[in-house]
Formats: sequence, structure tokens, C-alpha cells
Amino acid sequence: MLKKFFKKLKKDEENMNEVEQSQETNSDSIEESSNLKKEEKCITTQILDSSDKSPSFFNKLKSGLLKTRQGITEKIDSLLKSYGKVDEELLEELEEILIMSDVGMDTTLKIIERLRTEISSRKITDTSEVKSVLKEILKELLQTSKSNDLDISTPPSIILVIGVNGVGKTTSIGKLAHNLRSKGKKVLLAAGDTFRAAAIDQLKIWGDRVGVNVIHHQEGSDPAAIIFDAIQAAKARKIDVLICDTAGRLHNKKNLMNELSKVFKIVDREFSEAKKEVLLVLDATTGQNAIRQAQTFKEVADITGIILTKLDGTAKGGVILGITSELDIPVKLIGIGEGMEDLQPFEPNEFVEALLSEN
Amino acid sequence: MVFEGLAEKLQNTLQKLKGKGKLSEKDVKNAMREVKLALLEADVNYKVVKDFIKKITQRSVGQEVLESLTPGQQVIKIVNDELTSLMGGTQSKILFASKPPTIIMLAGLQGAGKTTTGGKLAGQLKKTGKRPLLVACDVYRPAAIKQLHVVGEQLEIPVFSMGDKVNPVNIAKAGIEHAKKYGNDVVIIDTAGRLHIDENLMEELKNIKVEVKPHEIMLVVDAMTGQDAVNVAETFNSQLGIDGIILTKLDGDTRGGAALSVRAVTGKPIKYVGVGEKLTDLEPFYPDRMASRILGMGDVLSLIEKAQASFDESKLKKLEKKIKNQDFNLEDFLDQLQQMKNMGPLSQILEMMPGVNNKQLKNLQIDDKELVHIEAIIQSMTPEERKNPSIIKASRRKRIAKGSGTTVQAVNKLLKQFEQTRKMMKQLSDMEKGMKKGGRFKIPFF
Repeated sequence: MLKKFFKKLKKDEENMNEVEQSQETNSDSIEESSNLKKEEKCITTQILDSSDKSPSFFNKLKSGLLKTRQGITEKIDSLLKSYGKVDEELLEELEEILIMSDVGMDTTLKIIERLRTEISSRKITDTSEVKSVLKEILKELLQTSKSNDLDISTPPSIILVIGVNGVGKTTSIGKLAHNLRSKGKKVLLAAGDTFRAAAIDQLKIWGDRVGVNVIHHQEGSDPAAIIFDAIQAAKARKIDVLICDTAGRLHNKKNLMNELSKVFKIVDREFSEAKKEVLLVLDATTGQNAIRQAQTFKEVADITGIILTKLDGTAKGGVILGITSELDIPVKLIGIGEGMEDLQPFEPNEFVEALLSEN
Repeated sequence: MVFEGLAEKLQNTLQKLKGKGKLSEKDVKNAMREVKLALLEADVNYKVVKDFIKKITQRSVGQEVLESLTPGQQVIKIVNDELTSLMGGTQSKILFASKPPTIIMLAGLQGAGKTTTGGKLAGQLKKTGKRPLLVACDVYRPAAIKQLHVVGEQLEIPVFSMGDKVNPVNIAKAGIEHAKKYGNDVVIIDTAGRLHIDENLMEELKNIKVEVKPHEIMLVVDAMTGQDAVNVAETFNSQLGIDGIILTKLDGDTRGGAALSVRAVTGKPIKYVGVGEKLTDLEPFYPDRMASRILGMGDVLSLIEKAQASFDESKLKKLEKKIKNQDFNLEDFLDQLQQMKNMGPLSQILEMMPGVNNKQLKNLQIDDKELVHIEAIIQSMTPEERKNPSIIKASRRKRIAKGSGTTVQAVNKLLKQFEQTRKMMKQLSDMEKGMKKGGRFKIPFF
């Protein structure tokens, strides 16, 4: 057992050296090579795989990640180097980094506690090893019992998008519609946000942009009725994926949450044959309140995944660690920009790297 | 409720100190660790928390506190002081230009609530007699201009827009011209949401600033923002120079840590808070009141103000007279009820009472429907009965119960309560007769 472990450590170290050498030439290979293979396999099976994206997109992603990469070497590595040995002070510094990334007090304390036991049980004395152990722990927290991919393999399927105000529901729907359409899926949108001024228009404009029809009534009408109509339309037009927008609601508003249950009832009754995805949109800039949001929405909705938006800013979205580990909801997509292409499959490795970086 | 988690934790921690006759440095340190955790859990920025705790600890372990007779109280006072100053000390208002129009520019991240806030702010200003104009400079987000138009329509406030093909700088300039021409004395410029690290868009804001020279640049910040609030506020402030902050979505069960952080890092005051979905739900921000609310010390000032705003002055005077002459009847009682309802839901009113802490509130299910029932009962009475409740005998009670959809027992209960209230009022007014007449505020009774 111990032997095996040391072997692994050694391999890690080798890989790290390798990474340092190749960092300039290939910014995408910071992870160990075995992991990379797994990732590749993983990416190709993902529905939102990137093989059909334009090269300009790749450049964009790369440059975005490059910034992240440089950050990592700056912060964690310099921190680890400046500490000669593994001690309490180092753990405290790591704690600070996690808290500053919105991981939250509870989860942070748990992580540090685990790190402490791992360090003593593995007898780690080298600071550089602490980093890889920390990453392991973080990745484990991101792991849920469910897949990180959207399940829309067999048509028809329906995707309901929910969340509080201003997290980017409508924009995410636009991007998702574009993404699915470019894969040859027949997509239909339902404008279920009848509350906010001009929300329907916003979705209609997105529909025009990506060339997808939008089912809508006027402002103030019953969202459940729109979803009903959209389902009938989806059936009649033999649509592959129906994506439904809903009004942003603060999770502590009971009536609005009840309205949501009504929508779900309609979906279950009228479209039981469809594969159902319920995606909760969370804003990466949100702090610990995101946990409450996820908890409360989970009470009324069977959430199958999370879209984490606005990761292109300086916010780290660390709160997601607490959500995936406590509530067992996988992150499926991330939003990294304003463009149509800026919705990405969630990649735990990338996320952990970015989380530990400095702005 | 605003600051829910934070308020509860801080109150618990400080409660422990309160009872102690003697405080050791260790007691303070332990309490401060808990305060620190509570603040971090509430998304207050890590660095801000560190500073805050350091300050309080320094002041708390000083000789005068530890040797005072009520050290616990002293520490609470210090926390209250520091919390208030962290949030900005006193209330700051919008400064209006000596030569109109006053130009207010809103900026912030996507989804912070700029457009809605712009509408709310315009609505408030209109109430105070201003003639605001909304200018739609968000040419990026689909239907953002339409949204502002809809909001403007609801509030009957003019909206200036030039479509989404024109440069925002030009729209802003033309908007100001429009305001001058049509006599609008306040111009509120709604800009597109942008990331603080988006150099192009930040440049655009700077250009607007140079061209129209706004009197107030307001940063709109979502109260649920986490640690990043500091980065956002700092960058906007250093790049653009902001004059104030509007905090939105405070009606969520947000811990509101951003409220504490943004002011601390920018030094700029929070001027307004958005507290609901309705277009009237925007309130001035009072740091001192918020601090005492967080610490469970109540917010009597806001309560009184709210009462004054909701109660009709002339009616109050009439009522006072009636009480003195002892001809207070059910008609007046109904009137009081209705005015009380204007103050908002009972739970919100209770929140502001000193001594009512979060825990008690949580277990208390306050039913606003109760009031509706009482109203229905009174409304089912004839004017004669309302003026002279003593004539209400058995058969009348039955009729009233039927008419209001309640039971005879409910009617009985109400009549009994009313009788007691009347008795109490008589005693009160007798007492007052003996006292010197002062201009003090009469607390509405129930």
C-alpha cells in the first residue's frame, strides 16, 4: 500500500517537472498524462464536445486559461516555495485562499481538516506535495454520483432552466440553443419568464440570433400555460430538445416557488416520455447564498445539474464545492463569456486549477 | 430576512459575553473568533474581516473595558460602533446639482439589477417632486432597452433611447440634451452590465463619464455577491471613480456581507438598498440602523418613520381627540387597522422592534390573515353597531358572524378585545391629563 503510494507520489513529481518544462509550449497539459487521456475520452463523450467549434473559439479558451495558469504558478507555487516545511502556518494560508475563493467557512474547514490528516498519514514533508493532495481533495468534492454530461441522447428531451434573478438564465439558454443546434438538433424555446419586463423579447432576440423558434405568450400570463403550449408544439413539430426559460425568483418567495411546482407538474403530465433535465443556474460571483439557493430550489425541483455562469470574471465560484459535495448535484455547464460560443462543458480539473489561482 | 444568519450568530456570541461580570482577554479572543466565523460565513471579505476583528479586539482588551462594571455590554457597544462605521457611519443622500439636470450614471456587473434599480430610483425621485428622465445606454443585452421602456411606462417616467445601433456615449449625450430641452431635472443613465476586467467596456464607461460629467456615479452591487464584491467595487472605483453604491436584492435571505465589504474597500457610501421586486422597493440606507438590526437591538427609528409615513396626520389628531372624549368606536378601530396594514407585513414591523430577536421570530408564525378577518367582522356591522357596540346582542352577533364568514366566537372575541382596548385607552388618557402636554409621538395601539 505504502509502496504504491510512494510510487504515485514519484510519478506526480515527475509529471510536475514535465509540466513546468512544457508549460510554455503547451499550456493545456498541466495535468498528469494519464489523467489527460482520461479527460480526452471524457471530452469526446460529452454532448457539448468541442470538436465542432471554430478555431477562434479554441484560441479564446486557451488565452483565457493561460491567464489562469500563470496565476497558479504565481500564487500557490510561490506560496509553497516560500514555505520550507509543512506546518500550521501553511495550512492557514491555504485556508485563506479557499475562503477568498468563496469556498465558504464550513467547507474550507472540512477541506483543511482532511488535508491535515492526509499530510500526517502520508507523512508529507515536502510542500510541493501538499498542492497535489489539496487538488485531489477538491476534485473529490466536485465528484457526484451523477454524470457531468447533459443527458439528451434520445429525443425528445426537455430542459428546464431555473434560478434567482440576474444569474444569466436567458443568456445561458441562448447559448445552449446555439450549441445544440450546431450539432444538428431540432431545438425549440419556451419563454416562461412572463414576469420581468422584456424578458420575452430578450429570449426572442436570442431565438432569432441562433435560428430557433420561441413559443411565447404576453407578459404577465401563466408560465404553466406557456410550457403546456410549448410541449404540444414540441410534440407536433417533432422537436429534439425543448428548452424552457422561467422567471428569476428569489428562493425565499413562496408563491413563486409554488408556481414552479405547477410547471413541473405540467411537464410530468404532458411530456412524461421526454428525458428531463432541470438545470439550476448559479452566478459564480454569488457567495454562500448560492448554497441556500440550491437547497431551496432542490425542495421544489428535481435538479439534475448546475450551470455556473460568469466565470469569465475574477470570481472563483468556490461555493460550488459545498453544493456538489453536500447536495450531490453535478455541475454540467459553465458560462465564460458573452458570445454564443461561451458555454462550456464543466471540467473538474480545469476548475480546480482555476480555483487555486490568483486573479 | 436581511442578514439572517449573520444576525443570529452575532447575537448568540455576544449574548454569551453579556452576562459575564468579568471578562478576560481569552473570553474576548474566543468571542472574536466566533464573530470572525460569522462574518466570513456571511460573505464579508476576508481582509475586511481581519481588519475589523483586529480593531475590535484592540479596543475590547483595553483597560477601561475589562475593568468596567459591564464589560460584556461594552464589547457589544464597540462591535456596534465598529459595525456602523464599517458600513459608513451616517446616511448619505444623493447630491443634486445646483444647475439641473443632475446626472446619475448607473454601472455594475451583468445581472446586478441596474435597469430595475434605475426605474426604482427614478420613481423615488419623482415622488419627491423631481422630473427624472431615464436614458437607455445598454445596447448590448438583448431587449434591455425594451425593459427600461416597460419600467418607465409602469412608473410614468419618460425614457430616452436611440436603439441599439448607436454608441452609448452618443446616446448619453443626446439624452442630456433631451432632458435640458424638456425640463427634466434628473437624468438617470442605465449602462450595460460589464465585467470589471473587460477593458473595452470599461473604456466606454470612462468615455461616457468624460462626455457627460455625471454628478453621481452609482455602482450597483448584488447583495448576494461573495468575496469577489471587493474586486468588483475596487476596480470600478479605481477605473471609473464611483460616488456611491446601491445594494440590490437585499430581500433575499442574503447574508449581505457585500454591504460590509464594498464600503470598507472603496470608502464610498451605500446610498440605497433594493428590497423587493416591486418598483417601489428601494430604501435609503442607514448604516447605524442596519448595525443595530444586525445585533438585534431593533430599529425603532425606522419603525417610527414608517409609522409616520403610513399614518394620516390629520386622522391621528382626530383620533387623539376621540380618545380623550372617550368616544372611540369600532369605526376608528377599523381605520387604525387599515393604516397599520399600510406599514407592511407584521413580521417586517416586528423585525424592527428592539428585543425581538431572530430566533423568536422564526418560531412565530405571524398571520396577516387575522387582520383580514377582523376587518371583515367590523365591515359586516351596520354603522349604528360600529358606533355603539353595546347594542350588539346575540342575534346581531350571529348575523355578523355569518356576514363575515367567521364564527360567533370570533365576533365575541373581537368585541371583548375592543372593550379592553377602550378601557386601557381611558386609563392612558387619564394619565396623560395629569402629565404635562408634550409633543411626543403617539404609538398607535392595537
